[in-house]
Amino acid sequence: MHSRFLEVFFNWELIQRYFPAILKGVGVTIEIAATVVVTGIATGLMLALARSFRVLALSALIVLFADIFRALPPLVLLLLVYFGLPNVGINLPSFAVLWLVLSLVLAAFCEEIFWAGLLSIPKGQWEAARSTGLGFLGTLAYVVLPQALRLTVPPITNRTIVITKNTALGMVIGVGEILNQATTAQSFSGNATPLMMGAVAYVILFIPVVVLGRFLETRFGWRRI
Amino acid sequence: MEALRQQFFNLSIMQTALPLLLLGLRQTLVLCLLVIPLGLAGGLAVALLSRSSLSPVRWAAIVGIDFFRAIPPLVLLIFVYSGLPFAGVRPSSLAAVAIAFLLNTSSYYGEIYRAGIESVGLGQWDAARSTGLGYYQTLAYVVLPQAVRNVLPDLISNTVEVVKLTSIASVVALPELLYSADMARSVTFNSSPIILAAAIYLVMLWPIVRLVSRLERRIAA
Repeated sequence: MHSRFLEVFFNWELIQRYFPAILKGVGVTIEIAATVVVTGIATGLMLALARSFRVLALSALIVLFADIFRALPPLVLLLLVYFGLPNVGINLPSFAVLWLVLSLVLAAFCEEIFWAGLLSIPKGQWEAARSTGLGFLGTLAYVVLPQALRLTVPPITNRTIVITKNTALGMVIGVGEILNQATTAQSFSGNATPLMMGAVAYVILFIPVVVLGRFLETRFGWRRI
Repeated sequence: MEALRQQFFNLSIMQTALPLLLLGLRQTLVLCLLVIPLGLAGGLAVALLSRSSLSPVRWAAIVGIDFFRAIPPLVLLIFVYSGLPFAGVRPSSLAAVAIAFLLNTSSYYGEIYRAGIESVGLGQWDAARSTGLGYYQTLAYVVLPQAVRNVLPDLISNTVEVVKLTSIASVVALPELLYSADMARSVTFNSSPIILAAAIYLVMLWPIVRLVSRLERRIAA
């Protein structure tokens, strides 16, 4: 019984055979996750800053975008973009679809977090900075933003972890990331070892960030009252 | 423009797909009624374990929480659904979803409860105990009500995430909302059913997303 378990979940021969495939998946996952983090957070910050100009129409559009992308399951968006766009003549490779959708979802959440951070800075900070002769942009860039960003570090980190883990959804549209490699290998080999390898790969990849998130939460602890 | 309308907002296709999608919606709601209470209960258990006075228990709970927060829920689901049969256990897709969600969402709910419990001052514990309440009575009547109030926005927003997450059940062929929509899409070669599903998700979740934004702002202020 014991050896049967090892045979099926930790088969040494299969580990060796499928190690390169899983490793390739790890590379793809890291690539997509890294690009999503950069574009998602940057877009979210830009949207929050755009909202601080308080132009009604613009703010309404940003809120609409953020609400929709926070309310819809990422898998729904993924299927919509992946199967919908080719029918109107736009063909994107599947990894580009995954990157685009996850970036937009991350941007939506980050916009809300950055905006909450900007709002949490007391009005007095604005007034004091303006009274020293700084303009609106100067106040934003040198006084308000540095304080606001500090507060947003833990929630942004946690949200980013949740959304980069969604790279696994790429399996559904055929992106060659870890889960896709693992399930393919599993169906070829008729053995659960590749699935175990995939799970281990995710744990190795994400445990450090989860622990980092935990550390940042205590280090920058804020809105818990 | 016409192609766009035909492809995404085709009313006659939406009309045909609607009954199927409503069946899917019912499955989604049943799924929510199953996994949200499971997650809330599991999370509370995990939170209490992570504050145990026995350090091995405390550490085991924290390692467990971080472990299941590091694994994407879809990976967990597929592991349970197509990995467990190799060990001789063959869960139905509903059982697989329930197990995977219990492990995943308990970890997230657990962290939220823990933050909530830690936000209640130690004086509350001391005062309650000194009136003669036991540990569990103190927890149930004094600490938890305040803790839950303090982290209510997080609890609600995590619940929104859980509802959204039920869409991954479609990958293991559980006929919930997204599964039904995708089936209609593959039959009609048209994306309108998915737009319709998205609209249903929006109607369900948008008010809650708004509510959370408001609650969060009130607490930040």
